[in-house]
Amino acid sequence: MIDKQWSSFADAVADVFPGARILVSGFGDAGLPFGLLHALATTGVSGLTVVSNNAGTGDDGIEELIRNRQVAKLICSYPRSVDPNWFEKRYLEGSIELELVPQGTLSERIRAGGAGIAAFYVRTGVGTDFAAGKETREFHGHDWLLEQAIVADFALVRAYRCDRWGNATYRKSARNFGPTMVAAAKVSIVEAEEIVPLGTLDPEEIVTPGIYVDRVVVDAA
Amino acid sequence: MLPENVSIAPAGVAEPLGWSPLQIAIRAYEDLAEGQYVNLGIGLPTMILAAAQRGSKEVIFHSENGILGLRDIHGEGERDPDLIDAGKNPVALVAGGSFFSHAESFAMIRGGHLDVAVLGAYEVTVAGHLANWSSEQARPSGIAPTSVPAVGGAVDLAANARSVFVLMKNVERGDGLRLTSESALPLTGRRCVTRVYANLGVFRPTGSAFLVEELADGVTRDYLVARFAANRVLVEFAN
Repeated sequence: MIDKQWSSFADAVADVFPGARILVSGFGDAGLPFGLLHALATTGVSGLTVVSNNAGTGDDGIEELIRNRQVAKLICSYPRSVDPNWFEKRYLEGSIELELVPQGTLSERIRAGGAGIAAFYVRTGVGTDFAAGKETREFHGHDWLLEQAIVADFALVRAYRCDRWGNATYRKSARNFGPTMVAAAKVSIVEAEEIVPLGTLDPEEIVTPGIYVDRVVVDAA
Repeated sequence: MLPENVSIAPAGVAEPLGWSPLQIAIRAYEDLAEGQYVNLGIGLPTMILAAAQRGSKEVIFHSENGILGLRDIHGEGERDPDLIDAGKNPVALVAGGSFFSHAESFAMIRGGHLDVAVLGAYEVTVAGHLANWSSEQARPSGIAPTSVPAVGGAVDLAANARSVFVLMKNVERGDGLRLTSESALPLTGRRCVTRVYANLGVFRPTGSAFLVEELADGVTRDYLVARFAANRVLVEFAN
């Protein structure tokens, strides 16, 4: 019997190793896997590269990892926050590396990583600083930039309802990067709001088919 | 050569001349057509939702984080932490609205399916170049940064939306202007701005000048000509 359920956040992230590259879902607080991130912070593992849309605010989520100096590099589209954040402190003191990526290029690089595409051309960023060091090629009379796929060792993703096969649904705009990230990591770990019996999720409504998911942990909080 | 009764106060000190932010949003909303799909950026562009509330057109608003059909919340009871706009503020969904992933959202943007992207800006040039993601000029290597850069989806939208409307709260910045001949700021996109809706009026970058399509209430042609001439920015008038 296939059962991808794990009993705790701590067990589910215990094999994250120093220097691992980790995809983290979420846009602002929506869809951020707070439980998995806190468990990861507790392990103390460091040298991580985190790929996520934001750096966060406050003292939890990705901010807890950054505060603890567990993150060596952040690949991100919008690390700035209205309130002072730990990322700002670490970045200005020069202790964390930042790769700033336009948001759609970030999501497509992850999508490509999960879909077996090495690189692709986009018009986004042509003639700007984001074109630095990238191949430019003309198609149909326009310049396009070559962007490369992102793959990772782990994905930490927040979902709504999951079953033991890892089939998942999402809630509203908390879907954001989740369905894309689960496909682009060697080990994808889903934090679910609720686990339902196999067959409960309407096949027409499943957003993430379980093939992409390795571990499911229910958020007991 | 400025009229004597006009003071040029630093930004933030005096109320900007002309239209208020809501009036700017209402004026931009007038140029959106029924049936259009329109992305809203963060800050001032989200006031378009307030303008739409007063209108009766079916304009479908897009948020980069995977929403078509967003609207303002009607009271705190509608607040849902899982339903936020690009600026992380709570929004609600109209009947017929939908949710999708970031990958889908930006495939939609890059695929040219958005009729209009409404964005904010630090500077727009006469060529239609947009600078809206970093207010820090290029830094020599070896010099430590003084602020955190953040770009979001602006570069994607500038390069791929069919037209780009810029909403600007205050064209004037001290003695300077945010409508410029050249920009020293890092660019979001080149030759991408269709029109600028600002406190002083409606402007179209033509390549060499700003064509003034409309003057805001309380802004005279003489004032504008003098103000732009003092900054060596060409303005032209539609009539």
